[in-house]
Amino acid sequence: MGMTITEKILAVHADLKDVYPGMLINAKVDIALGNDITAPIAIEEFQKANGEKVFDRDKVVLVSDHFTPNKDISSAQQCKFVRQFALSQELTHYYDGGEVGVEHALLPEKGIVLPGDLVIGADSHTCTYGALGAFSTGVGSTDLAAAMLTGEVWFKVPESIKFILFGKLNTWVSGKDLILYIIGKIGVDGALYKAMEMTGETIGTLDMADRMSMANMAIEAGAKNGIFACDDTTRAYVKPRAKRSWTEYYSDDDAVYSETMEIDCGKIEPQVAFPHLPSNTKGVSQAGNVTIDQAVIGSCTNGRIEDLRIAAQVLKGRKAASHVRLLIIPATPEIYRMAMKEGLMDIFMDARAIISPPTCGPCLGGHMGILAQGERAIATTNRNFVGRMGHPGSEVYLSNPAVAAASAIMGRIAGPAELT
Amino acid sequence: MKFQGKIWKFGDNIDTDAIIPARYLNTTDHAVLASHCMEDADPAFPQKVSGGDIIVGGENFGCGSSREHAPIAIKASGVSCVVAKSFARIFYRNAFNMGLPIFESQELYDLIKGEETITVNGDDGTITIAGTNAAPLKINPIPPFMQELIADGGLMKHIMKKRG
Repeated sequence: MGMTITEKILAVHADLKDVYPGMLINAKVDIALGNDITAPIAIEEFQKANGEKVFDRDKVVLVSDHFTPNKDISSAQQCKFVRQFALSQELTHYYDGGEVGVEHALLPEKGIVLPGDLVIGADSHTCTYGALGAFSTGVGSTDLAAAMLTGEVWFKVPESIKFILFGKLNTWVSGKDLILYIIGKIGVDGALYKAMEMTGETIGTLDMADRMSMANMAIEAGAKNGIFACDDTTRAYVKPRAKRSWTEYYSDDDAVYSETMEIDCGKIEPQVAFPHLPSNTKGVSQAGNVTIDQAVIGSCTNGRIEDLRIAAQVLKGRKAASHVRLLIIPATPEIYRMAMKEGLMDIFMDARAIISPPTCGPCLGGHMGILAQGERAIATTNRNFVGRMGHPGSEVYLSNPAVAAASAIMGRIAGPAELT
Repeated sequence: MKFQGKIWKFGDNIDTDAIIPARYLNTTDHAVLASHCMEDADPAFPQKVSGGDIIVGGENFGCGSSREHAPIAIKASGVSCVVAKSFARIFYRNAFNMGLPIFESQELYDLIKGEETITVNGDDGTITIAGTNAAPLKINPIPPFMQELIADGGLMKHIMKKRG
């Protein structure tokens, strides 16, 4: 019987010839990731288990990106705890201060995660790296502690759902819209415990930023991982960044899927997920009159240079409405510098935007743009749960960067097509 | 493993931001996390909950972030176990890894109002609702590996035992 990409990567890392859905395995991890919120618990657990040295200092990655630059004293204490651990363990990949970026933008950019890898991260959006053809999934802090200690993690092999995407994308439609559309179709638990394998002719037309936005939000459908097979676009992205060799895996023709779903991408317009679930989606033309107080362009979903270029294309020569706070958060220092060199920062500042240093910040209601009671934000982030960006009585609407930028200008949710 | 307690009923898709909002993730102090448990779903919950109470959820309980602060907050608030129609996968593994007992039951949710006392018997895999003569409800069986984790007191203790 054939195997899917997900099954092949899990089998190799568990030293097994083949695996099947439902099977419980112990697998070796290539990269184990933590951040300033999840790593402190993992480090405490590691120390309680008498852990001395992590299993491999090249493979444990710590990124203090959530509440940094330190938002308050407690956050500063947590970051200090992570820093002391990272330095004492002499971790190769520890990012802090001016080197920090939003983890799921930073790791692919630095070539730390590669195709065929098995990656776990104590952050639910670790599934992002499936865009590179890796098996990558979010776990908790105790799992991270176990991986730091042993280099292994337990998994139940997931069933896979195959998505076949066909058709040409309409103007202003991006990977973000495709994944929002899919989540709207299958629901926030539509892929619970499963792998979402993205295939079809449309995938070849998507750049890596689009693919990463899609894999990133697999968790929003409850999935264990999202995954894309490697192609020339993947190789062109990975090759200049990789410092080690990688292995590409492809699903067999007779691989078994729990379900196959065809998506006609030509029928999709830019999507908006209304409060308070990512599955509560509508086409932007159906949004109605929803005024906004804030627009956020950034995050591990949409804070890459491609996203900022799209935002700049919409914002160029225009200004955010006077009552709208427009926040732009380049996801990594490299993206920040590129945006500067390309003149995007001037466009943003002329549009009355606030430019934030790289941070997860407002996406999880941490800092750098918290909402008051009754306020509404449109955001290129990934979750719109109650209180996600601040007060439990505030609202978050999810969209792509073009829609967020156009909405900032209009002062209400709007697509770029409405701009004159 | 048997739990008897008053239940607190919540809906479908109770996310980890509702269980413990991110504004409190600047600490790992269990008592502080417990004092904000379920706050964005029911602001009075931290005051109302008593030791031994049981949380009952609908589908996809614990969806969203990987924060282990969520099962920690529930456990530290004195809740003995959580019963839901289904759990989001990271919450599911976190609960077993850190030692919060959780059970899946498709039937319980629709049979209760939210004021009842229930008995969850992890050993024979049943739930009974106090004051009713209905037949005990079946809990989805817990896979043997997860039972081992619970018996050992969580993942780290399980690993330490294996390593000797």
